Amino acid sequence: MTANRREFLQGAAVSAALVLVSGTALHAEENAEWQAWRDQILDGREASEGGIELDVPRVAENGAQVPLTVRIDSPMTDADHVRAIHIIATRNPAPEIGSFHLSPQLARAEVFTRIRLAEEQEILVLAELSDGRVLGQAAIVTVSAGGCAT
Amino acid sequence: MSTPRVRLPRSARADEEIEIRTLLNHPMVTGLSSDNPRDMLARFEARMNGAQVLSYDFGNGSAANPTFTFHVRAAAPGNFEFVWTHEDGREFRAEGSVDVS
Repeated sequence: MTANRREFLQGAAVSAALVLVSGTALHAEENAEWQAWRDQILDGREASEGGIELDVPRVAENGAQVPLTVRIDSPMTDADHVRAIHIIATRNPAPEIGSFHLSPQLARAEVFTRIRLAEEQEILVLAELSDGRVLGQAAIVTVSAGGCAT
Repeated sequence: MSTPRVRLPRSARADEEIEIRTLLNHPMVTGLSSDNPRDMLARFEARMNGAQVLSYDFGNGSAANPTFTFHVRAAAPGNFEFVWTHEDGREFRAEGSVDVS
């Protein structure tokens, strides 16, 4: 991958993330299923970008088994913890990848699982905090061989 | 369907972070692009001494043979229970315990 290509991807990731996280973005594709799912999770709230470490491969050789780690800096106490982590696909046949529900008994707001992606796309993670705030983070994953039946 | 596999330490010091890994062999067929009928898990739940510590709602984008890694604070000896519930209501269960000294 050339430096230019890398810069393009990073730039694309940043600008697209703004579109994905904001429910009122002007350039977002209209009536996309994933947006409906995102808006249902947001329930009128605004997601703020950042605060989430989203660890996915930039290029996934096998779209059927893409490793994903989500890490959020949180003390995980009764008063201050991450309540839920939602993973959304923007270009799968169905936008729901999965939703974690966390309790303060967890030592860290960190989860690992494997997801499937039908094609190259941006994935969006929304984290609901105990104080009602929502964090959002997006990442682009290129897929060499798509995960079938996603 | 095979028996769920769960990895957790046998013992831990009080308040130590312990890592838990789970794996259930399951095809997770969405039914969208094959002739095979839908065959999907709906939910995973991990409980410590009867209280839920983590749960997961499976969507179509969850991979086959679902695996999870997460970390729990071992405040007291813990009896863990792991339950995977199929969309048709069937349950698959695993248990484990951690000695805390």
